[in-house]
Amino acid sequence: MAKRVGIEVSLAISEAVKLANVDAIAAYPITPQTHIVEHLSELVADGELDAAFIPVESEHSAMSVCAGTSAAGARTYTATSSQGLALMNEILFIIPALRLPVVMTIANRALSGPISIWNDHSDIMSVRDTGWIAIFAENGQEAFDLTLMSFKIAEDHRVLLPISVNLDGFTLSHVIEPHEFLDQAEVDKFLPEYKPVVQLNPDAPVSMGTVGIPEIFSEAKKCQDEVLKGSEAVIKEVFAEFGEMFGRDYKVVETYRAEGAETLLMTMGSVSETAMEAIDQMCDKDNRKVGLIRLRLWRPFPAEALRAAMGGIKTLAVIDRAVSFGGTAGPVAGEVRSALYSTDQAPYVASFIAGLGGRDITIDDFIAVVDQAEKMAAEKEIHQYKMIGVRE
Amino acid sequence: MENLNVYAAKLAPQQESLAPGHRACQGCAELLAARLVAKTLGKDYIIANATGCLEIVTSSYPHTAWEVPWIHVAFENAAAVASGVEAGIKILKKKGKYPVDRKITIVAQAGDGGTVDIGLQALSGALERGHDMIYICYDNEAYMNTGIQRSSATPYGATTTTSPAGKASPLGQHTMKKNVVEIAAAHNIPYVATASPSYPFDLMQKVRKAADMPGPAYIHCFVPCPTGWRMAPNLAVSIGRIAVESKVFPLYEIENGEYKMTVTHKHHRPVIDYLKPQGRFRHLSEGNIAEIQQQVDKSYDRLLKKVKMSQIELD
Repeated sequence: MAKRVGIEVSLAISEAVKLANVDAIAAYPITPQTHIVEHLSELVADGELDAAFIPVESEHSAMSVCAGTSAAGARTYTATSSQGLALMNEILFIIPALRLPVVMTIANRALSGPISIWNDHSDIMSVRDTGWIAIFAENGQEAFDLTLMSFKIAEDHRVLLPISVNLDGFTLSHVIEPHEFLDQAEVDKFLPEYKPVVQLNPDAPVSMGTVGIPEIFSEAKKCQDEVLKGSEAVIKEVFAEFGEMFGRDYKVVETYRAEGAETLLMTMGSVSETAMEAIDQMCDKDNRKVGLIRLRLWRPFPAEALRAAMGGIKTLAVIDRAVSFGGTAGPVAGEVRSALYSTDQAPYVASFIAGLGGRDITIDDFIAVVDQAEKMAAEKEIHQYKMIGVRE
Repeated sequence: MENLNVYAAKLAPQQESLAPGHRACQGCAELLAARLVAKTLGKDYIIANATGCLEIVTSSYPHTAWEVPWIHVAFENAAAVASGVEAGIKILKKKGKYPVDRKITIVAQAGDGGTVDIGLQALSGALERGHDMIYICYDNEAYMNTGIQRSSATPYGATTTTSPAGKASPLGQHTMKKNVVEIAAAHNIPYVATASPSYPFDLMQKVRKAADMPGPAYIHCFVPCPTGWRMAPNLAVSIGRIAVESKVFPLYEIENGEYKMTVTHKHHRPVIDYLKPQGRFRHLSEGNIAEIQQQVDKSYDRLLKKVKMSQIELD
């Protein structure tokens, strides 16, 4: 069974990709994703992973090569961050339209400018509407597990969509954590070989990526949307199967001490662990009725699970790690408000933007956010979003 | 396919994998060239197609003119997509997971815009990485699909919709055509060639050679566009021949670094024979034409020197 290994999270992800026995990896160096593909290239060079490692000349070509390998029928993986993701942008839209189950790790990093190599979520938020499934990991174990599960989700014939596994750059990608690794035999049992529905094969020729005339374009988009929305059921199924086999349970929306809470903090990614500390302090020391909710699944947006988790809360304080400049809320808070707006007893949704470009969000910050949110809710303050932790 | 030096149409392969019924303009030499490529490669090849005329006119869903596997992703990345298909099939074959055992040729095809401008980086990357594939640039010397805008393959003196001849700028395009054949050759790949559907057997032989040779090959194919060149559709083939006879577009190949002319003429036509039938050169003065004649002579001589150098090296 599982062995516990202390290893850098990036390397643990590479090991998961190896255990998934991928066929092709196309990658271009960008901080802070580099350790993942460096380790993969070592595994290929050492003969431990039988895969094509294609060191391309840009991220645009990385994603284009992934289109080619995946269309050929190969299990395909890549990783990127920030500007790299932005450079891929054009092709990101086309991959799900071609129904190619590419798996990509995004070590989340701020988008320029000013140029920053440090962590926030502006990169993934900028590709929200590309049609990819997007999942967030909170710690190394989750990053490892979700990477393995991603191949199974993406390649399921009811899905056949690309998927991004997001983890915070540096603050998660570069830390050393204990991971429970899985044996190859266990993984093979969980994750069968990829069987493409169609592939580029002269014995059964197909044309992929044909012109979408107005008469069929809307229909194509509707199909794509239905499949993405439908993938949530498959994601839950795969989470359940993984939990049964390996004992680690995953949900699309996770809660912490939410039972009986009047205020919930909402987070995504690795700050959730700091947030839990803050919740413990507020509950245990100050006897406050505060809990945490975190989104693991970002796309498709788990609206139903979110609504179910609201219980009878009065205030929801959403932490965004990206700015939707001039918008009505942070990107996550905006979604949340929209999902809850027409429900009975929707809580007051306060939108906070914090932790941009590597700025830490401390326990005290979370406590201050809860204080502020509760005050705003009591006063029914009309606001769009507030940026916190800004030196003025 | 053997002995195609003999000019006899009946020796051409009967097989077709590019079906009729596509939507190209009358007299489109790009489609003519693509059909010759298809005839040469038969059924065992896979195409990664860039956005452009060729893609648009052959793949309007629910129709497709392609009877071979074909993928279109975007404009600038045909080389990258083809390299992925090549790498993907290679590793799947190695792992015993690809359904076909035979050799399959991978072809990237794009227009001049998709090659010499926006696709140049992806092309360079794929050539440098050494994928076993053929890249074919169908060069009609402008962005024809979007309405005849200039590219860096548009020749000196041609008018296009974004390099128009006007009072202040009477020449039209005032830059020299980018020589991507030489850029491809600078990657030290095994095979680089120019080709023209006006010389079908030369073209087919080059495609065959490129397919048989391991590693990357680059074929720069000259495809007259009657619509964009402002000339009658029935002139497409003959203007392609005149381009070669007037030294404007010489047919040669670079095999493992050695240059060789594949079509030669004892006597060359003046460039005016090439320029005259085309509306895109209508505005040129006698002085302009004399200048173009000089440019053509000079670059042809430079090419001949490389050919001679190669002969000396081979001897």
